[in-house]
Amino acid sequence: MEKTGQYYQRDRLIHPPAYTPGYKTSVLRSPRLALLSVEQSLSDITGPVFGADEIGLLDNDLLRNYAKTGEPIGERMIVHGRVLDQDARPLAGVLVEFWQANASGKYRHVNDTYKAAIDPNFGGCGRALTDANGFYTFRSIKPGPYPWRNRLNDWRPAHIHFSIFGHGFSQRLITQMYFEGDPLIRHCPMLNGIPDDGARQRLIAPLDLNASIPLDSLAYRFDIVLRGRRGTYFENGQ
Amino acid sequence: MSSYLDETASQTAGPYVHIGLIPAQAGFDIFQNNFSNQLAGAETKGERIRIEGYVIDGTGAPIRDALLEIWQANAAGRYNHPEDKASPDAPLDPNFRGWGRGGTDFRTALYHFDTIKPGALPMLDGRMQAPHVNFWITARGINIGLQTRMYFADESAANAADPLLRLIEQDSRRQTLIAPREARDGTIVYRFDIRLQGDGETVFLDV
Ligand SMILES: [Fe+2]
Repeated sequence: MEKTGQYYQRDRLIHPPAYTPGYKTSVLRSPRLALLSVEQSLSDITGPVFGADEIGLLDNDLLRNYAKTGEPIGERMIVHGRVLDQDARPLAGVLVEFWQANASGKYRHVNDTYKAAIDPNFGGCGRALTDANGFYTFRSIKPGPYPWRNRLNDWRPAHIHFSIFGHGFSQRLITQMYFEGDPLIRHCPMLNGIPDDGARQRLIAPLDLNASIPLDSLAYRFDIVLRGRRGTYFENGQ
Repeated sequence: MSSYLDETASQTAGPYVHIGLIPAQAGFDIFQNNFSNQLAGAETKGERIRIEGYVIDGTGAPIRDALLEIWQANAAGRYNHPEDKASPDAPLDPNFRGWGRGGTDFRTALYHFDTIKPGALPMLDGRMQAPHVNFWITARGINIGLQTRMYFADESAANAADPLLRLIEQDSRRQTLIAPREARDGTIVYRFDIRLQGDGETVFLDV
């Protein structure tokens, strides 16, 4: 059945609240007043549509999309998964964007002051459109952990940032993917800002040996769930 | 219990959001096709406007590492999306997608979008909404993207009847969503400052 109604109310209990003092920057950047809850309109149900012609051939290959003199240093890996909605329906044609540090934990960014080395062959960003079954995939190197100014000795676990569009602007989401077995995960104030343990665990991508390429690349699996929607327009007062 | 999946949890975009979403601001060039804060082309129908402002933290200081996206209807009040089946008097504009993204500037802290003024459009139940631009704001320190709307100060009659604005009890809070209009060197500029916290805190939406 085609679903064309309003999106399910966002369950804020599985998201980090705006104010998470363990992550110090959130203290002054978190609204103090209640969000205004409103009926959705086309403003929220619609959203930008992206086409395959907007994505370059190498956009999902971080081993090659910034290569200058050779390939980037690091553990070669594939990251793949599906984008589904809360009804487990695959979302086709949605734009997934990702960015990450290089193997030594350094970002190609004018504001990154970490002393680790930049990799001349690594840009650290890419994007993909999901296929008809909601699958996306990209190739990269595993990012390194890096220190950040929060508490003096805070280190980010290895992670990849993800930005995902659904079919409607109210499905818009940014998140981070972590790697199974990383000992820094349990110390991370950003991840620990999520109150629900299951929600935290779902951000940790398991090793996916069946998707790895023998003698070439390991693989990690990261599925993403966006808000589901009602079957029909739900019209108050009509 | 229901069998619905939980939505994937949000995490902050962090300080290096530009790498992934607007790499030119991170300091490098990588994609052939880049997304930008320029929404209107030469052929786009409608009144050219600039929207600009600060994103301001709880001390009153503008933040320089925010990323903003906007989504809006075209000049006739129609979204460029297959589910907007508006009446024939609200045609699609093939030269207007209605979506853009940009960062606050590392030096000036200002963001801006060059776009067109959208038309009014109905709610799903038919009540009319005043012209507005949907905003989504993220940054280091923002754990889950903040949604809000900008309305136009020169649309006072439509604003007074807008179902969303009417839900806001305090007039001072309602004013946080209404951008004043000025003409500057021949450009129409709407000023829309977003206050994340404290005095004049912007009304954010759970939609
Ligand atoms: Fe990061």
